[in-house]
Amino acid sequence: MASMTRRKFLAATGATAGAMATQGFLPAMLRAQGEPLRIGCPLPLTGPFAALAADMQRGAQLAQDELNAKGGVMGRKVEVLFRDDELKPAVGAQRTKELIENQKCQFIVGGLAAHVQMAINEQTKKAKVLFISTSQSDEISAKPDTSPITFHEALNPTITSRVMGTWIAQNLGKKWWIIYADYAWGKQNNAVLQDTLAKQGGTLLGATPYPLGSAEFSAHLPKIQAAKPDVIVSVTPGADNIAYLKQARSFGLDKTMKLAQPLLWISYLKEGGPELYADIYGGINWYWELQDTIPSAKKFVEASMKKFNIPPGDYGAYSYSGVLEVARGVELAKSTDSDAVANALRKNPVYDHFKGKEWWRACDNKSMQDMWIVKGRGPGKTKGDWGLLDIVAKVAADEKYDRTCAEKGHA
Amino acid sequence: MDISLAAVLPQLFTGLVLGMLFVLLAIGLSLIFGLMTVVNFSHGALYMLGAYFTVFFLGYTRSFWVALLMAPLMVGAFGLLVERFLIRRLYGRSPDDPLLLTFGLSLVLIETAKIIWGKIGLTLDPPRALGGAVDLGFMSFPAYRLFVIAVTVAVLIGLWAFLTRTNVGLIIRAGSRDPLMVRALGIDLNRVWLLVFGIGCALAGLAGALAGPMRGAYAEMGVTMVIESFVVIVVGGMGSLLGAVLAGILMGQVVGITTYFAPKLAEIMVFVVMAVVLLVRPSGIFGEAGLAE
Repeated sequence: MASMTRRKFLAATGATAGAMATQGFLPAMLRAQGEPLRIGCPLPLTGPFAALAADMQRGAQLAQDELNAKGGVMGRKVEVLFRDDELKPAVGAQRTKELIENQKCQFIVGGLAAHVQMAINEQTKKAKVLFISTSQSDEISAKPDTSPITFHEALNPTITSRVMGTWIAQNLGKKWWIIYADYAWGKQNNAVLQDTLAKQGGTLLGATPYPLGSAEFSAHLPKIQAAKPDVIVSVTPGADNIAYLKQARSFGLDKTMKLAQPLLWISYLKEGGPELYADIYGGINWYWELQDTIPSAKKFVEASMKKFNIPPGDYGAYSYSGVLEVARGVELAKSTDSDAVANALRKNPVYDHFKGKEWWRACDNKSMQDMWIVKGRGPGKTKGDWGLLDIVAKVAADEKYDRTCAEKGHA
Repeated sequence: MDISLAAVLPQLFTGLVLGMLFVLLAIGLSLIFGLMTVVNFSHGALYMLGAYFTVFFLGYTRSFWVALLMAPLMVGAFGLLVERFLIRRLYGRSPDDPLLLTFGLSLVLIETAKIIWGKIGLTLDPPRALGGAVDLGFMSFPAYRLFVIAVTVAVLIGLWAFLTRTNVGLIIRAGSRDPLMVRALGIDLNRVWLLVFGIGCALAGLAGALAGPMRGAYAEMGVTMVIESFVVIVVGGMGSLLGAVLAGILMGQVVGITTYFAPKLAEIMVFVVMAVVLLVRPSGIFGEAGLAE
């Protein structure tokens, strides 16, 4: 009896194992047709960039829904997988590897912090997976870090700070103090801002680095107060921005000098409130009220209002566009091969998903796009919960704002 | 670099407020360690809870003053539960056990805060009356930060009076010297430990409540603060309350002054000072040799 049971047991398990093996092996090819197209999206969902990352997650979800409503890409459903990179390069690299190897993601769209995004890029290059970065960085589209399958959807510090720096010097004053987060994005902006100020014939009274993710700025402020600059230009991303502005205002700096920054983010304007951001000047890649004049913006805003009941933000727009670009590339190439998709995008560089015409520059896969100069509306002047910005000027896309192909090491 | 008094004085004054938060956190840590030899690693998470409770009570009662009173009391009450149901079970065991327990607790609290209040931090404003800046002659300084100094000083005076002028204070001080002797006199030290742990936690909650309007509330806000507070009590001498106060102020000044001359070094300088102090006085400025070994 006992031996019979064992034999039966062995037979049963053997059969099951065999069935599992063939199932795993044989129908893999048959299944490919119905397999969803997976796009991995690493984002700093926790930490000081969480609000922006949540906006980006919504943007990518909207793109996924839009594609699936049209019947997917080449008949395949699109699935965007999100992972928390915790704002740490090592974690970003690990999550990306996991998305590619375990989850079989064929493309990566995402990244928010400049230094984490570089770590993601290392992994995508190694795995030969196309990466559309949605983080601001100068290095990502320059040699030696970039690659033929690395695309850059976001603005970068050179473009942002050249545009904003010039405008600040010409409109707000030429004696500056710069305060910047001491990591890739902050340092790159600081360098470009200083360079731009010098070209405008201005004077730099000081430049102060602070650790990214800091909530305490007070020790920096007395020195700036005493130096009496015309403008403090702050490169304080994420939640740091709110802490910085609160403390700068509580020390009364806003009474004697102008506050300006290369970038403003609607997510943090909403969180900090109109009083905090009143008359703060900054650059932005997109703002939802542009829907009044741009048809693709209108479509994007409506989709977001329908699903989330809030308008999309500036960084959500990047990830929305990034996912749609992957889909456009796959359909153009009729293939999910990263090289083929990259070539197809370079051959058909012009696209418009949310802000009017954008295009990929052939030498460095950098998206060229319009940007806007905006300022906080202030209490009493806002429109609804999210109408927090006045548009001061539009700066039309132009390759002259970025470094040239040669300056970026592309022959 | 301008090193005149007019330039450095604002820096010293700003550093003083940073120091106040260190003092409140460190004194709670030191009180708990001095009496119970428990290294409370959840102190940073309790600081965070203090800030979130302030946001909660502010939303509920619309009064900052009520929130500022309620938040530390709630954190203190939470501390009582932690001592009674978790830490009490570990007395008499290796000091590592409560350390690991409180470290684990801090992780649980941080994740719970993210679930309840979200991964995105919250902002809160100081009350209207303290919203503006005050002209001190040598600089304009936020009224709210002056208020933080005042509250801390008041709490320190109250605590000092409690420890030196009351019977309970006498027992606490005696208990930290010689628990066995105090027991022999028929005093129930369990109740004293419960009380002291609660007070220590409430002080962390108060620090968080005061920090909220300056820095906002977010789940990880206590992670670096607890490390810096440990540095403060190590420098001041483990278990020494006077040491915690002086070292807290000292560390605020170190950050303030270093930021003025070399902002990149501000974070590391705190640890450099600790290393130097430990080289000269291995048990801290006011530490008793052998207590924390």
